Amino acid sequence: MRQSYKLIFERSHEGRRAYDLPALDVPAVDAIPANMKNEAKLDLPELGEVDLVRHYTNLSRRNFGVDNGFYPLGSCTMKYNPKINEEVAGMFEDMHPLLDEDMSQGALRMMYDLEGYLAEICGMDAFTLQPAAGAHGELAGLMLIRAYHEKRGDTERTTIIVPDAAHGTNPASAVMAGFKVKEIKSAPDGGVDLDALREAVGPDTAGLMLTNPSTLGLFERNIKQIASIVHEAGGLLYYDGANLNAIMGIVRPGDMGFDVMHINLHKTFSTPHGGGGPGSGPVGFKKHLAPFMPVPVLVEREGMIELDYDRPDTIGKVKMFYGNFAVCVRAFAYIRSLGGKGLREASENAVLNANYIKNAMRGVFDIPHDRICMHECIVTPTEEMMEKGVHTTDVAKALIDRGYHPPTIYFPLIVHEAMMIEPTESESRETLDEFIEAMKEIASEALTAPESVKACPKNTPIGRPDETTAARKPIVRYVKPE
Amino acid sequence: MKSYVPNTEKERREMLEAIGLKSMDDLFSDIPEDLKLDRELDLPAPMSEMELRELMMGYVLQNDEGGLLFRGAGAYRHYIPSVVPQLAARSEFYTAYTPYQAEMSQGMLQSIFEWQTVICNLTGMEASNASVYDGATAASEAILMMRDSKRKSKVLYSAGLNPDVITTIKTYAHCYGIELVEIPLNKDGITDMAALEANLPESAGFIAAQPNYFGCIENMDAISEAVHAQKALLVSYVNPISLGAVKRPGDYGADIAIGDAQPMGLPLNFGGPYVGFMATGGKLVRNLPGRIAGETTDAEGGRAYVLTLQAREQHIRRDKASSNICSNQMLCAIMSTIYACTMGPEGMREVAEQNIAKAHYLADEICKIPGMKLRYATAFFNEFVIDTETPAGQINEALKDMGIVGGLILPDGGMLWCATEMNSKEDIDFLTDMLKNIVEGGMEQ
Amino acid sequence: MVPNDRKYTREHDWVKIEDGIAILGITDHAQEALGDIVYVELPELDSDIAIGDNYTTVESVKAASPVDSPVAGRVVEVNEALDEQPELLNEDAYGQFIAKIEFAEINEDALLTAEEYEQLLAEEE
Repeated sequence: MRQSYKLIFERSHEGRRAYDLPALDVPAVDAIPANMKNEAKLDLPELGEVDLVRHYTNLSRRNFGVDNGFYPLGSCTMKYNPKINEEVAGMFEDMHPLLDEDMSQGALRMMYDLEGYLAEICGMDAFTLQPAAGAHGELAGLMLIRAYHEKRGDTERTTIIVPDAAHGTNPASAVMAGFKVKEIKSAPDGGVDLDALREAVGPDTAGLMLTNPSTLGLFERNIKQIASIVHEAGGLLYYDGANLNAIMGIVRPGDMGFDVMHINLHKTFSTPHGGGGPGSGPVGFKKHLAPFMPVPVLVEREGMIELDYDRPDTIGKVKMFYGNFAVCVRAFAYIRSLGGKGLREASENAVLNANYIKNAMRGVFDIPHDRICMHECIVTPTEEMMEKGVHTTDVAKALIDRGYHPPTIYFPLIVHEAMMIEPTESESRETLDEFIEAMKEIASEALTAPESVKACPKNTPIGRPDETTAARKPIVRYVKPE
Repeated sequence: MKSYVPNTEKERREMLEAIGLKSMDDLFSDIPEDLKLDRELDLPAPMSEMELRELMMGYVLQNDEGGLLFRGAGAYRHYIPSVVPQLAARSEFYTAYTPYQAEMSQGMLQSIFEWQTVICNLTGMEASNASVYDGATAASEAILMMRDSKRKSKVLYSAGLNPDVITTIKTYAHCYGIELVEIPLNKDGITDMAALEANLPESAGFIAAQPNYFGCIENMDAISEAVHAQKALLVSYVNPISLGAVKRPGDYGADIAIGDAQPMGLPLNFGGPYVGFMATGGKLVRNLPGRIAGETTDAEGGRAYVLTLQAREQHIRRDKASSNICSNQMLCAIMSTIYACTMGPEGMREVAEQNIAKAHYLADEICKIPGMKLRYATAFFNEFVIDTETPAGQINEALKDMGIVGGLILPDGGMLWCATEMNSKEDIDFLTDMLKNIVEGGMEQ
Repeated sequence: MVPNDRKYTREHDWVKIEDGIAILGITDHAQEALGDIVYVELPELDSDIAIGDNYTTVESVKAASPVDSPVAGRVVEVNEALDEQPELLNEDAYGQFIAKIEFAEINEDALLTAEEYEQLLAEEE
């Protein structure tokens, strides 16, 4: 199985080419001043088209996507990415973003309608599609909170409270938005510790960031108390939408008391993640935050959708143009395909599938919080496995050998040796059963032949990589040998 | 209606039974009853794939995007070879998540490594990250790099940056508590060196644009010398398509090269997704935001790629991270990589030279029209500003009727025109004939 | 063994005072908790450090640990060998300093003796 693979730069042969262009039909000009010319030949590969196509086709075969198999990566909602959505997204690809509004009504109308759908799904008053990813949405949402307090002259509110179970982006986004971060410890069940929260809030509280269902995959039962503690202290409530896939059509962040939130369209709304992006992180908010939303704002006037830049209290722009538009088209297509009924069905089955797996893990792995979970569950290796030296990493690598993408591992940080399994609604019962069987096999092998588990993966192009050397002596680009 | 849930009603009931529950509602017993939505979501009815296609076509038909495009201003139409979309459509790439498990993600990790190499070689820098959202957010992240490495909170930027980039960095700088100072352009449409030199002391650095928003080629040698004389950092915002003909940032000593790689293989897509790039060298590598792929070996000594230098990132350093970025624009970066590798060194040069030639032909032809003249007497790449006696709005309205998207109207009434290898001589001649008619028609009135 | 020629902080750092110079490093326990150290962000020479400032950050593959200074003063020397070989801290945490600070002020109250530090380690076990 082991097989290294040449870089495209190592396939280069001087003089080969894969491109052609029409002959220049206007006079060539020598316009660039001598000191600003690039006279040297760029160091890019030269190869024929077929070799280039084979290089990338074979590279893709060294990768694993949802289309290849089960991908229960917790907190990432790796659901199926419908093919029709890819096709319809292409319908808009030749549109320049700076077309006059009367030339781009279809695209603007679609964005406007999508904002409305997202507001209904989340119980928010309005949405902006501008942020390019979840973390970018967090940043924009926090900027709204900051602008809200600033506008009221409430300049002492400089602290964002973040539970220790939160995604790392939460505290990082808060700092980028200019806040201080106060981390609070979670209760034993992974929920917010109400006493710790009461202790933490004060006149410096700008807001609380919360994921619900929590990063442990459990619904925050005290959400109403949490909302009132934060609101009574004068803070706002931020909803991290990473786990929205559990609750569509069942309960809405706006109804829970959240003031502002982001969605990851590349999680809940089925847009493909592209191996790391592009995502899309629309931000929803209640009326009191609307004056601060990023420009441009889509408004309907006399049947036309316009881009309104005249918003005196806006936080400004957070990105070029209007967001990752083609990603939004895919999410739009998903919502229109499923409707309200279909979205609820998706959430119900996501939660059903997660509970089905969790139930089957009893007695196989440890389940730190064994109650009804939402769309994902957390399991850990048992004491006996760890005594044999088999840890979460090893279980993950053993899953790879069995053709599965492993769950999210070592997150949330508050659960030691966590494996966070999120099956999504896309998976059939037999896929879940086969995965459960694989987990059982690994669990038993961990006790009977731990060395074999620790030697995984064996069926992959590379073995476990040396990350220490990679970080000590970073090589981050190819340099031709002398 | 469409459903992507494979399990049948019967299977769902059996699964519920297996976990000891009676109904789907039992799964949600943790949620307080009074919070639950007591109705179905108020959304349009579900539909079949065929109906969806018709619906989307309905939206498309409300657009009127014109046939001939002479507009750029931050988003450029270039020829995209067929291999680019075809290869990027490999679903092993596009349906994958971030390559957290290196052993089953070598395809993506190696692609990132190749992208980083392409960006480094195009810009003449030592290290690149795996991408950021777009050019504007690249500039915003570069401001943080400058502040953190120089420990100074004043940053200068050129008035020749794209206005969307300027408004975006203002949004970010307000949050960072960074003072931004705009360095104006002179009458030739390039950086006012006296203003730059006057503001450099006590600044962390300067963000310049090459070519700038108005298409003009800046004297980056002089800018670099001035910036470095004050021990400040030079960030160069470049159009990567220009680098086949225009000197690379590394060659004039830029400390950070940034920009948007949309012109390399990405469709216009009404503004996104595009892909921001960031490249640097030396100690600044440790300040780069976001993901970076690195080469290493596996246990058996084979070559392998991993995400590296992760201790900078949010999932480890949380509130002390160099940035909050998590998802980036990976698939777009792969498309730009495939574009650059398809074009190769000769193709990149030829595209750049064709852009220069087409834009100059367009400018020459427009300048033959009475009442229209080039604003700046400075070398330009594929864009230029025309001042016109006939109101620009009137010109563009008339062009629109002929299926032509004219130059972008600037706030001061000038027009920012763009030509690329996609605009044939015939199209340019058609445009300029139309312009003549419009101007003459205007005079007759 | 914890050397008794120096003082310790509760955050597993050590400080050794010699002629008005505070020599700073991390303890063996700290390097072990971090695992393979891949990078040490050294402070700038001549920079001024206040008590409680992060004067360095020590990174492993999966963690980054900011280290607070127990003294205030000016950085007069940094251990440049760590630039190329951060693993030296793994090999000999007590033999490798990170920075030397000519100090004006020191937070004695927060410092532990070797004995007290050993006790702390025992409690944390």
